[in-house]
Amino acid sequence: MEKADKKEYILSLLVNNKPDVLARIAGTLGGKGYNIDSLCVDVTMNPEISKIILTTRASKIMIGRVVNALSKLVDVVRVDNLSEVESIKREMILIRMNLLKETKPELMKTIDTLNCKILTFNTDHCVLQFTGSREDIDKVLATLKPLGIDDIARTGAAAMERKY
Amino acid sequence: MLKEENVDTIFGYPGGSVIDIYDELYRSDIRHVLVRHEQGAVHAADGYARASGKVGVALVTSGPGATNTVTGIATAHSDSIPIVVFTGQVPTTLIGNDAFQESDITGITRPCTKHNFLVRNVEELAATIKEAFHIARSGRPGPVLVDLPKNVMASMAEYDPSSIVIKTVEPLHKASSKKYLQAMDFLKESKCPVVLIGGGVLLGKAPEELRTFIEKTRIPVTSTLMGLGGFPGTHPLWLGMLGMHGTYYANMAISHCDLLIAMGVRFSDRVTGKIETFAANAKIIHIDVDPSSINKNVVVDLPIVSDIKVALQHIARLLEEQQFKLNEAERQKWLDQIDAWKKEVPLTYCQNGDIIKPQFVIEKLFELTRGKAIITTEVGQNQMWAAQFYRYENPYTFISSGGLGTMGYGFPAAIGVQCAFPDALVVDIAGDGSIQMNIQEMATAVQYNLPVKIVLLNNGYLGMVRQWQELFYDKRYSHTEMMYAPDFVKVAEAYGFVGLRATKPEEVEPILKQGLATPKPVLMEFRVAREECVYPMVRPGGSLSEMTLGTREMIN
Repeated sequence: MEKADKKEYILSLLVNNKPDVLARIAGTLGGKGYNIDSLCVDVTMNPEISKIILTTRASKIMIGRVVNALSKLVDVVRVDNLSEVESIKREMILIRMNLLKETKPELMKTIDTLNCKILTFNTDHCVLQFTGSREDIDKVLATLKPLGIDDIARTGAAAMERKY
Repeated sequence: MLKEENVDTIFGYPGGSVIDIYDELYRSDIRHVLVRHEQGAVHAADGYARASGKVGVALVTSGPGATNTVTGIATAHSDSIPIVVFTGQVPTTLIGNDAFQESDITGITRPCTKHNFLVRNVEELAATIKEAFHIARSGRPGPVLVDLPKNVMASMAEYDPSSIVIKTVEPLHKASSKKYLQAMDFLKESKCPVVLIGGGVLLGKAPEELRTFIEKTRIPVTSTLMGLGGFPGTHPLWLGMLGMHGTYYANMAISHCDLLIAMGVRFSDRVTGKIETFAANAKIIHIDVDPSSINKNVVVDLPIVSDIKVALQHIARLLEEQQFKLNEAERQKWLDQIDAWKKEVPLTYCQNGDIIKPQFVIEKLFELTRGKAIITTEVGQNQMWAAQFYRYENPYTFISSGGLGTMGYGFPAAIGVQCAFPDALVVDIAGDGSIQMNIQEMATAVQYNLPVKIVLLNNGYLGMVRQWQELFYDKRYSHTEMMYAPDFVKVAEAYGFVGLRATKPEEVEPILKQGLATPKPVLMEFRVAREECVYPMVRPGGSLSEMTLGTREMIN
């Protein structure tokens, strides 16, 4: 039953920008048996506070317990469940492509239609940047895959409430 | 600095990394109690905290000194006990180098502390200590560890108390008055209510408010192991403990009530049995200071996140304002039903023949002390009998490792309690397994003239596990028999204790009288029935209403 109604939740945490804080958060989730599927951390406008955006799969009742347990940590200032409000999520990906004679013309066309940004370009490789929703990124990857991906680096999702 | 936090006693064990602190202690008038093992220091600090309501303090060195505290810290964490543990650490320049006696103790204790700190420079020190004590005692209390590198301790800093501002302010959760009104409605509708108290009532310092509430409403009270003492054990509305080894009538009352008011509990599996049938007919009100306890194990109808004392005061005001009148006839009917259960299956055992029954020892101990002693326990059968057959008259007189179930807890905890209350009668109820886990602390008790009493129920078995093997594993007693044990009386005497022994029922009372009257540390060994079981018993995962009551002879 528990498994069946699991869905993905996205949490936004404001935490003290101190060593050890991420370990405490990871430990709290891991200790309860949750995997962090995606993670995105950086400092906020206030250098003493960092924002952590993480996604995890849980049931509705369990995510409440996770939020409570995280809120209890001394270094956690605030926890918002962005899945409960209307929020915008974006991820960024860097893709390094192998440049081969036979695929290059096709690749150039594809880059254009996909709206990817070219960051570097030389004889053997090029590095592309793309920003969008998780689904958009998956689509881009699927399209580029036959054209020779060398390596990728995905950021976790950054997200915030839309607010009107 | 420590004195400002009202610290008068430290339980500790020196070592290379804390030698600078010990040098300061040499000049200080803070009392330091030298234990014989670091685990004992933390349990003693924990016992001290539980009995006195103050924050307990332990001080140990780095590496093995620090890792030896882990069981003690986890014990305090499970039961939400406010302690601060100071551990030495290698100099900051060596951290991460696998230096001699280095361990990543903040990493190791992260999941079993409420919070922990590694002090990286001396400027942070004062603020960190202040914050550590604040975190340990505020909200839902818990253990805090402060790791102190040697070079930080060796440096000096000016201390200006006014410059420290505590940053972590825990929000005082104030439940809305609407919730309280709803609670009042539940209360008025209910025909057969039960109050369930847990350790939170004691931690929240609310036994007096609870008593006022119960006297107004005449609701019968049951308790978890941790809540014992929160309500007087001889009160007519007292049901005794519930759960796996709870009384028949407490478990029946829970199973048949239509309103359960739970205060400061976390609904542990040992309390609820099978969750689906726990208080199945009841609306549940859950009052707790920790929002993460709400809906964790049991989904409740009305959660009130609040300090218990504040909540009970609020409810008392409402009872006054709404001129609460209970339906005497209805309440009497419910209490009569409970009385019938009490008569049907009282808490009992059978003392006949010439073998001492362990329950008989506890009952005699209760009689002789009139419920006024401070009892600590080890873990296992001894703990359950101490919970069932001793009736705790006053709060903070039952001290036991409830959540973690730490064998070897009771004796060092008794030492801590005796330090907090030098004139009190402190008795550790022990088994022959548990006592051997921290028996070295006898030296501590003798060194500091702490007249703690050990009541040792010796059955030559790890009794609780043996009981499970008897009931659920066809009596295959795999490694639960203590094939060899020392002569406990001689061990006691070798340490400087007074050692006494009883082997026959008629010796129990004289030995207890003699032991309790001796103004020195005393160990009283009682050779008890070897295969006595703790009853009633709810099978693990079974429903509370389906108890194994023991054999007929035992009940008659």
